[in-house]
Amino acid sequence: MAKSLGPVKRKFSPWTDPSATPFIRFENVTKTYGDFTAVDNLTLDIYEREFFSLLGPSGCGKTTLMRMLAGFEEPTSGRILLQGQDLAGVPPYRRPTNMMFQSYALFPHMTVEKNIAFGLEQDGLQKADIKARVEEMLKLVKLEPFAKRKPAQLSGGQRQRVALARSLAKQPKVLLLDEPLGALDRKLREETQFELMDIQHTLGLTFLIVTHDQEEAMTVSDRIAVMDKGVIVQVATPAEIYEAPNCRYVADFIGDINILEGKVTAEGGAPVSPGHPPVMTLVSEGLQIAVEQECPAAVGDAVAFAVRPEKVRISLDQPADTAVNAAHGEVWDIGYLGDFSVFLVKLDDGRIIRAAQANVSRLVDRPITYGDKVWLKWPLDAGLVLTR
Amino acid sequence: MKPGRFDSTVLTFCFAFLYLPIIILVVYSFNASKLVTVWGGFSLQWYRSLWSNESLMDAAWVTARVGVLSATIGTVLGTLAALTLVRFPRFPGRIPFTGMIYAPLVMPEVITGLSMLLLFVALDIDRGFWTVVIAHTTFTMCYVAIIVQSRLLTFDRSLEEAALDLGCPPVKTFFKITLPLILPAIVSGWMLAFTLSLDDLVIASFTTGPGATTLPIKIYSQVRLGVTPEINAVCTILIALVTTGVIIASISAKRAELRRIHDEHVALRGTS
Amino acid sequence: MAETPTSFAKASPSRWLIVTIPYLWLVLFFAAPFFIIFKISLSDTAIAMPPYEPVFEGFASLGDFLSKLDFENYQSLWGDSLYLSAYLSSLRIAAISTLLLLMIGYPMALAMARAPSTIRPTLMMMVILPFWTSFLIRVYAWIGILKPEGLLTAALHAVGLMAPDQQVEIYRTDYAVFIGIVYSYLPFMVLPLYSALEKLDGTLLEAASDLGCPPWKAFWKITFPLSLPGVIAGSMICFIPITGEFVIPDLLGGPETLMIGRTLWVEFFGNRDWPLASAVAVVLLLALVVPIVIFQNQQQKVR
Repeated sequence: MAKSLGPVKRKFSPWTDPSATPFIRFENVTKTYGDFTAVDNLTLDIYEREFFSLLGPSGCGKTTLMRMLAGFEEPTSGRILLQGQDLAGVPPYRRPTNMMFQSYALFPHMTVEKNIAFGLEQDGLQKADIKARVEEMLKLVKLEPFAKRKPAQLSGGQRQRVALARSLAKQPKVLLLDEPLGALDRKLREETQFELMDIQHTLGLTFLIVTHDQEEAMTVSDRIAVMDKGVIVQVATPAEIYEAPNCRYVADFIGDINILEGKVTAEGGAPVSPGHPPVMTLVSEGLQIAVEQECPAAVGDAVAFAVRPEKVRISLDQPADTAVNAAHGEVWDIGYLGDFSVFLVKLDDGRIIRAAQANVSRLVDRPITYGDKVWLKWPLDAGLVLTR
Repeated sequence: MKPGRFDSTVLTFCFAFLYLPIIILVVYSFNASKLVTVWGGFSLQWYRSLWSNESLMDAAWVTARVGVLSATIGTVLGTLAALTLVRFPRFPGRIPFTGMIYAPLVMPEVITGLSMLLLFVALDIDRGFWTVVIAHTTFTMCYVAIIVQSRLLTFDRSLEEAALDLGCPPVKTFFKITLPLILPAIVSGWMLAFTLSLDDLVIASFTTGPGATTLPIKIYSQVRLGVTPEINAVCTILIALVTTGVIIASISAKRAELRRIHDEHVALRGTS
Repeated sequence: MAETPTSFAKASPSRWLIVTIPYLWLVLFFAAPFFIIFKISLSDTAIAMPPYEPVFEGFASLGDFLSKLDFENYQSLWGDSLYLSAYLSSLRIAAISTLLLLMIGYPMALAMARAPSTIRPTLMMMVILPFWTSFLIRVYAWIGILKPEGLLTAALHAVGLMAPDQQVEIYRTDYAVFIGIVYSYLPFMVLPLYSALEKLDGTLLEAASDLGCPPWKAFWKITFPLSLPGVIAGSMICFIPITGEFVIPDLLGGPETLMIGRTLWVEFFGNRDWPLASAVAVVLLLALVVPIVIFQNQQQKVR
């Protein structure tokens, strides 16, 4: 499978432009099943040509949200607008959205060709037009030789492509993808992620993807909405979600992170240099921590300090300044991941902090090993303070 | 004794018990002698006399027509009932409906037969061919409903949603997607319904009238008078018909299975 | 997950046709007859044809009708020891037959479930095949074997197990009925047992063995308890229709073999006493339904 190198991803951020009109708008949408609230008073804007991800654990309501857009579920209250038009009461077969199902839902009694042509036939297109469009789609997903096969005669990856081609054939305004790569193995998944981005970019469509796989969401999306228990916790770009999570839940859900509970001791300290945010300090069970951040809380408030393992440096030698952003402990466990090694360091007060180190040289015996006394150190801009 | 040997002994005895009586019956239908215990040589005379036995042939014709009609109507109604059971989890009167689907499966036939008869009398309907068809439809539709229901329960609903999503309205979706995929279950439901109708003595006896004597009623009235080689011959033909049907059905199932395995190989190799 | 799919036909009016057609059919041809049977069981025997007084005479006569309702037929059921003993005898025969079916069916199902998976579908097919052949034919086949001058006698004479002047005396006795019932119902017992036993995870027995449990003990401690749903299902599927069985006692049983299905048949076709036959049916129905309902409730309480 040759990786096609499409154009470089453009700078794209309509959500920062207050004058931009949203393409899809969920307006105070609530969906309940009996006593259970699947989606709770949720408001969300998605812009045209955006690759948008709904990310969350199973049961967080992300699939319900997508199914409401597709028309398989009606909101209990609230509105869903597509290009300003209220979708209430429009049945799924009249909506300009198409969906790629988690199970692919390929019709087992039809060939690949017939599957792709199915949606076009519903529109009453001319036979020749349908044929041309099907061929175009087969070419797009590189499945031309398999046109006459039945789904049962395809591999998992090929089925995924047929499902994609089928949902794209009608040129939907929005393509909905429900865990589109969940059934593929890791290698194939990574390749397909890039292909999906290519296709989305080439066709200029709006993609809405539901996934529980954070790596997938990070790779493909322009923006990610992290969901939990029917509400959106944070909507932001992948980098913002990772580097500036707005609460413990998001910080913990995306990637690996150390969270240290503490109290604010001082705020509004002088910036390191002009243009940097002010410095605030906090104390966490004796550890003095300083962070470059506009203080989100008052002095004395209980907050959490969060720092990612790869931003914590580990060394056998004592750093120059051990007064702030430094800790001493013993190597408790090592996870060797190949590209990285993760060290679990037990602090003198018993807490565990994880530090990751890139394995830049081909040493089989790493210099730091079990039981070593080590120092941990992180810069002022490594972590952030969370109040929620 | 090792479990393996114990198992094969058990199976041998049980299958001998299941099959010997039928085999004996078939063998003796070719007996030249009229006595059941005496083998008088191979002969087809009972089949010949069968052919000229008009009342028996009439009964067979009635049975065949009742079977086809009631199985067909029963399959349509049973499929609708199965759709109701699976696709409408909540509607007023669902519990009695479920009860009415399951009850005929265990209801003693004498009760079903008697109650049907009393209905026809109360409604002042002349009993005959059509009353038997209605009675058979009523109990066979429940069997069809159970078979189709179990297929629908494993049916991947996202296939229908995909069709809707691609612009296909609900009714069309049913005929283009759902029906073709549950068709094997519907066909086996029809076959079961047909066989049950073919087999039924009790319900038919209650609901039939003049001129609509079915084969089981005919056989029953003759059996009460004793074993005759002619009845052996009728039974042999029926057994042959049913066995052929079942074997054809299972061979086609086997072939579908082989095709599936072949498909998986094709998919794995990535070429056809 | 909360994502329950909605009905595909939600907006379509045709959904009500799907429900209504089979519903009406069953109400008309299955439920309504039971009300009629109940009503007739309370009416008087009349000489006319149909041999009972009319069911419906309009609402004007409703009061009149109610005043005439009586339990005469039920009283005569109770008063006549024939019916009582027919009920009891039916239950006895059904219970013994079900036990016999379990004793034969269980080892058979177990042997099938333990057979190599390649031949299991064939074994399954061999159990089902006789079920597709006519019930009547299968019962009929036994007459030729069991009757005094039949094949069993001949076979026993041939191997010298019986003196030439003796004959097998099974036909037209309860024994013949048991043989006929076990023979006819065996597939119904084996299939639920087999499906319960086949689902059994083989590693459970390995685990038991690993923990020091000998095979016979493992059977009673693991296999049997886990197959109980199959045992119960098989027993219900057999017991209920056997109680109302007509063909087998009629063709294989003797004059003293009392079964309620046969009594009902005779009452109906022989004596043409329809109200009494209806009363017999109502009582049989109650005798079957009440235990099932109690059993179901018990089951639900256990859960």
